[in-house]
Amino acid sequence: MAATQEEIVAGLAEIVNEIAGIPVEDVQLDKSFTDDLDVDSLSMVEVVVAAEERFDVKIPDDDVKNLKTVGDAADYILKHQD
Amino acid sequence: MSSTNRTVVVTGIGATTPLGGDAASTWEGLVAGRSGVKPLEGERFAELPVRIAAPAAVDPGEVLPRPLARKLDRSAQFALIAAKEAWADAGYEGKAGEDSKIAPERLGAVIASGIGGVTTLLDQYDVLKEKGVRRVSPHTVPMLMPNGPSANVGLEVGAQAGVHTPVSACASGAEAIGYAVEMIRTGRADVVIAGGTEAAIHPLPIAAFANMMAMSKNNEEPTKASRPYDKGRDGFVLGEGAGVVVLESEEHAKARGARVYCEVLGQGLSADSHHIAQPEPTGRGVAAAVQNLLDSTDLKPAELVHLNAHATSTPQGDIAEIKALRKVLGADLDHVAISGTKSMTGHLLGGAGGIETVATVLALHHRLAPPTINVEDLDEDIAADGADIVRGEARALPEGTIAAINNSFGFGGHNVVLAFRTV
Repeated sequence: MAATQEEIVAGLAEIVNEIAGIPVEDVQLDKSFTDDLDVDSLSMVEVVVAAEERFDVKIPDDDVKNLKTVGDAADYILKHQD
Repeated sequence: MSSTNRTVVVTGIGATTPLGGDAASTWEGLVAGRSGVKPLEGERFAELPVRIAAPAAVDPGEVLPRPLARKLDRSAQFALIAAKEAWADAGYEGKAGEDSKIAPERLGAVIASGIGGVTTLLDQYDVLKEKGVRRVSPHTVPMLMPNGPSANVGLEVGAQAGVHTPVSACASGAEAIGYAVEMIRTGRADVVIAGGTEAAIHPLPIAAFANMMAMSKNNEEPTKASRPYDKGRDGFVLGEGAGVVVLESEEHAKARGARVYCEVLGQGLSADSHHIAQPEPTGRGVAAAVQNLLDSTDLKPAELVHLNAHATSTPQGDIAEIKALRKVLGADLDHVAISGTKSMTGHLLGGAGGIETVATVLALHHRLAPPTINVEDLDEDIAADGADIVRGEARALPEGTIAAINNSFGFGGHNVVLAFRTV
């Protein structure tokens, strides 16, 4: 069953917490991975791979650069999940 | 600003070792004659001929924040912990520049390891085979590169004068400190944070060293396995951890009113040019390094009262080192209290020069030579030479101006001798 946007944001929050140590409550739709959440370009790759596994979705490298905010990532996953 | 032959002093020390998570607890363990060697538990070690090692007393994962630790090889974790302690011990707070006592462009970092991020490389290869390409960590390259520990320490303190990583197997840590001394001498930097680190307790390096017949196979009595100078010695025991010092030009240290542990007189270097892994049996190369030290510094053999020996507990190496010292120092070796601290910490490979420099600095500071443990039956050649091995209990060192040397030698025939003196 496909995840809701709320579930996706909660999942991303857990992933970002694991990788960057940011409290889950700080991971909100409008937050930028690099500017607000201490996720650099290398750590973003880890976030993407973890999200792919968790939500059973493929995020090609070319699309990763468009995922600036948590909202961008949540929308992408919502649209592309099986 | 630029000058040569400036006096270099030690103003900070830090360590995380098989005996303790900081320099103080490590020193306490050394003086007490405590062994850090333990059995290696777990299935992955079960088939190995060597199933003992000296793991770090405090796991770095307990000390560093998790998001940081997961991006660092274990060797870089150790280096960072020891460096932070040394930096604070020297009286600095935060990065260079933020702390106005040191400008970033006058600060260097030189941290070395013998075999780099070997566990990261091997673990990520397992990930590649078992979970596929996509799961290989994007942090793998910065984690496995041998300059990773140096680069991470440089970032931590904001070093811009230069960040370097000399690699010479088990002499790497000492060579790093020697390189740092030269950076200050030649005026490239006023302060350099320097040392050695290693984290190689993994089945592959252990299998490889064991197959070279270099390691002790005394699995039955781990705490007695590392026994430099004892007749029954049968190889080294692998240890892990890091030792780091803050070196500083004397004028810079004085200007900021820093506490000074001792002076670094300099280094003596040579290469055996004999064999890729065997020590030259007469100690020719080691003797040349000690002679170079005497020729290039104002170390007076009469002041020399302590040696932290390389003494890894191998049958050949321990003897060759003593022969070499006798050749150069003659009767002056008789007043040198010799400590083989690897009997307690195991051999930290590239980390050895780091933690043994910390031990040497503290020996001068406290005027106390740590014991060599497990010398139950002194090697006949050592006994015949008469070299003064500190056995059993720590020994007080004399009053007045005293000096000490720290020896580190590495596969490849690298010889590094560092000298220190009270101020």
